[in-house]
Amino acid sequence: MCLAIPAKVVEICGEDQARIDIVGVQKEISTALIDNVAVGDYLIVHVGHAIGRLDPAEAEKTLAYLAEMSEEDARALAAASM
Amino acid sequence: MKYIDEFRDGKLARALARTIAREVRPDGSYRLMEFCGGHTHAISRYGLEDLLPPQVRMIHGPGCPVCVLPIGRTDSAIELALKPGVILCTYADTMRIPASGGLSLFKAKAQGADVRMVYSSTDALRIAQDEPQREVVFFAIGFETTTPPTAVVIKQAAALGLTNFSVYCNHVLTPAAMVHLMELSAAGGADSVRIDGFVGPSHVSTIIGSEPYEKFAACYRKPVVIAGFEPLDVMQSILMLVRQINQGRAEVENQFIRAVTREGNRKAQRLTDEVFELRAAFDWRGLGEVPHSALKIRAEFAAYDAERRFDIPYRQVPDPKVCECAAILRGQKHPSDCRVFGNACTPEQPIGACMVSSEGACAAFYTYGRFRSRTSS
Repeated sequence: MCLAIPAKVVEICGEDQARIDIVGVQKEISTALIDNVAVGDYLIVHVGHAIGRLDPAEAEKTLAYLAEMSEEDARALAAASM
Repeated sequence: MKYIDEFRDGKLARALARTIAREVRPDGSYRLMEFCGGHTHAISRYGLEDLLPPQVRMIHGPGCPVCVLPIGRTDSAIELALKPGVILCTYADTMRIPASGGLSLFKAKAQGADVRMVYSSTDALRIAQDEPQREVVFFAIGFETTTPPTAVVIKQAAALGLTNFSVYCNHVLTPAAMVHLMELSAAGGADSVRIDGFVGPSHVSTIIGSEPYEKFAACYRKPVVIAGFEPLDVMQSILMLVRQINQGRAEVENQFIRAVTREGNRKAQRLTDEVFELRAAFDWRGLGEVPHSALKIRAEFAAYDAERRFDIPYRQVPDPKVCECAAILRGQKHPSDCRVFGNACTPEQPIGACMVSSEGACAAFYTYGRFRSRTSS
């Protein structure tokens, strides 16, 4: 029920409305819950409403952390097999 | 899909699993509750339990709106739908919830009730505009994620001066339910369950922020890690919880930094507060009456409140005797402990609500996990 997906804004369609794109599927959604939406923004979309923003820089931080953790894991595996 | 596929990488998931296995205490036991049904679904769908060491046990929580909605509330929605002239608009999840007398909204529709599945609250509003001679009622369920979209349409209906639109409000609150679970545990009775840490909800927290959990974590000394819905998010959060437990910490940490801040979505919070106020108590399946755990429409918007507009008294209805939903929602039982699971009760013919929505513990286990052997508890 609380499922929501990150979607890219491709067009602002009047007040509190935007067109989003999810792998080629486009849909008009309400942006009444978010201020200053711009084309190119990633929004978290739930039941036809944007409920939040997705911060690309923070997403990169998480991915960088996971990559680092994976390297540490590889070192631990190598050490254990020696 | 960008920002989804990257968080489903199997190689990274296995690296996280090995890291968790290295860090758990050999003789330790980590009972972690994922509050939200979205996480329950992800854990089942991606087989995450198979990646975890035996010391870590995931306990499914009550964060599934369809599951916790008591029978009496669905009965009322059906009663509304059967009133002449009414169009009942609802999210698809509610259609198959078993109600009294063998009914469901699907069966009421078959009997002639005008029940319409909508994707968005705005669709319900559009139907009200298109059919001014009909009474359009939106059956609103859901946690904090789904509440602001309902607030938006009530405000829009008021701005448009619609006189044929109302909302049957069943919105419920996450922190109140978490507190209630801890109180049940503290009471030590038959309903108590040991939980060592919580995987906190993703999109509920996008709205409310991480701050509302801080008092909870401090008060009950339980770590809370707010997690995204993708498998790597869940695995990383489990690692963060294991570390907190090992270090004796009980803090609120945020793994879902790409979409959750400490303060949350202030605009959505303001709008919700403008339209809704706290109910003194609300009846939850599995948890019973929980104080201050749900919202009702403020008097200012009474014209859009289906509970004031129609005579729909709430009647408490006990769950079917064979159904273990209540104990499953409290984290005390696993779907496989239920004797009707997978035989008399299936997603096609559900007896209990946990088998209805894809994020219900029984439905998730039925769809993805019923052929895997049960890990020890």
